[in-house]
Amino acid sequence: MKEEVKLMKGNEVVAEAAIRCGCDAYFGYPITPQSEVLETLMQLRPWETTGMVVLQAESEVAAINMVYGGAACGKKVMTSSSSPGISLMCEGLSYLAGAELPCVVVNVSRGGPGLGTIQPSQADYFQAVKGGGHGDYHLIVLAPNSVQEMYDFVSLGFELAFRYLNPVMILSDGVIGQMMEKVVLSEAVPRWTDEQIVAQSGSWAVYGKPETRTRNIVTSLELEADRQEKVNLKLIEKYRRVAANEVRYETFQCEDADYVLVAYGSSARICSKVVEMAREEGHKVGLLRPITLYPFPSGAIRELADRVKGFLSVEMNAGQMVEDVRLATEHRAPVAHYGRMGGVVHSPSEVYEALKREFINQ
Amino acid sequence: MAAEVEMKPENLVYAKPRLITDKTMHYCPGCSHGVVHKLIAEVIDEMGLEHDTIGISPVGCAVLAYDYIDVDWVESAHGRATALATAIKRLRPDKMVFTYQGDGDLAAIGTGETIHAGNRGENITVIFINNAIYGMTGGQMAPTTLLGMKTATTPYGRDPRLNGYPYKIGEVMSLLDGVCYVTRQSVHTPAAVRKAKKAIRKAFENSMAGRGLSLVEIVATCNSGWKLSPVEANRWMEEHMMEFYPLGDLKDTEKK
Repeated sequence: MKEEVKLMKGNEVVAEAAIRCGCDAYFGYPITPQSEVLETLMQLRPWETTGMVVLQAESEVAAINMVYGGAACGKKVMTSSSSPGISLMCEGLSYLAGAELPCVVVNVSRGGPGLGTIQPSQADYFQAVKGGGHGDYHLIVLAPNSVQEMYDFVSLGFELAFRYLNPVMILSDGVIGQMMEKVVLSEAVPRWTDEQIVAQSGSWAVYGKPETRTRNIVTSLELEADRQEKVNLKLIEKYRRVAANEVRYETFQCEDADYVLVAYGSSARICSKVVEMAREEGHKVGLLRPITLYPFPSGAIRELADRVKGFLSVEMNAGQMVEDVRLATEHRAPVAHYGRMGGVVHSPSEVYEALKREFINQ
Repeated sequence: MAAEVEMKPENLVYAKPRLITDKTMHYCPGCSHGVVHKLIAEVIDEMGLEHDTIGISPVGCAVLAYDYIDVDWVESAHGRATALATAIKRLRPDKMVFTYQGDGDLAAIGTGETIHAGNRGENITVIFINNAIYGMTGGQMAPTTLLGMKTATTPYGRDPRLNGYPYKIGEVMSLLDGVCYVTRQSVHTPAAVRKAKKAIRKAFENSMAGRGLSLVEIVATCNSGWKLSPVEANRWMEEHMMEFYPLGDLKDTEKK
């Protein structure tokens, strides 16, 4: 498959990205607003071209455990779901993190709690970056703000997942999943051969114990307390490396800004319009867009905190990322939150009004 | 006093299977797990599958099965073994993939995964140890616990009005089109051990031939959980367990 430029939905490009980045398997369960991922894969029938396995599981619980099994083989495997389905997957995510298995999980999030709504929301920030499952672990969390990033982050996700042997979550939302945009689909790369898998993951993956090594055991179990603590310490050390090397963010007109909006995903798209509106009226407003939500760009916010008059964390939720923004500022600048909930997407003018109310007109 | 006899290799009539590791097993004396592990190790070796087998261990007493049988292993979350096996077999169709699960893992928390793996006809083998109790957590009621049977959570005996009925998942699985072989065996006598071994071999052969899912149920003892000596547990199993869970093939699509 050659490079192509197409007009596609965010969910559809996840399927394209999986096939073109040499993904070995996708396991999923239908849930709105992301069912197009599985539907597109079934339409494209990659098992006839790249040999990729695509399977509709009987539940999200089964899907994430299929991911666990596939990842244990050293294969590039992924799933996608939306908020209530991700809740069901959290047990599996904890096991994946505990067993240090690489995979990519896409959350096209919707409003909650409970069955909530099928409309877009960013209310799963805490679940994505603070855990969700049990035990001390972190996912690496990428937040796309365009259809192109939905596409690009699948292969980036696998790259990070295998670099750190850790599950990666692409935290998207119903806006990005459902909207259509121009997207550049990269030239396809082949799936890894068995030899490549042995070369890069042979020390831990299961593929039938060859004569050249002792058996591999993929497990997250350690019954001895002092040995489990060593596992925890090893994970913490890994998360420190992730935080040191993988923080990604983008700034927009922050150089001279008095006020900085902090927003990710679709909310960041809205906030870039707010920056324009405010600048037209002579207010120096900038935008910081975290691309990785874990690791969080705390350093960049800390630097800005010494020279700005305030941060407004703009999220489609009741105020979740705002806690990390506030922690990052070390109380050197005031931080406020604005966001609509329940599937309501805030308009640029609503955000601008909130910015005036919280800071500019104070 | 008898004279000391030197044990010569040609006089050996029994040996530890080559694929059973030297790790001391944590199973209680009298437990059936050790025998079933031995049979699996022997069959893998005899079929020449040492380098082509991937086992999936459950949550339950057999969680550490990976310490004892010398093949590649993945340890599953509670009840999810057949979901893992589904992915592993589909991604490595040339390998022999089996799960090893107890009654709580397979027939309570993992019922959904078990039935759907069977219904999809996944080419895997499920070894199912049915001892009618949760062993590892200290002897609580399992879905397979017999009526009237006392456990830590049915201290006055299993009462169907309170706890429902024991459940024959082997029979349930045998109804599914994707399941090719369901058999119920035991390992409490030498004859039973030989039959169980044949059943395990047949299941592994089915998996390699792509015939669908095979389930080998082993009606087993848990003398610690049942609070009986190993000998009494065997007797109790014959008298009570086998009445409700009769041994024999429940389904065999190869037998026309």
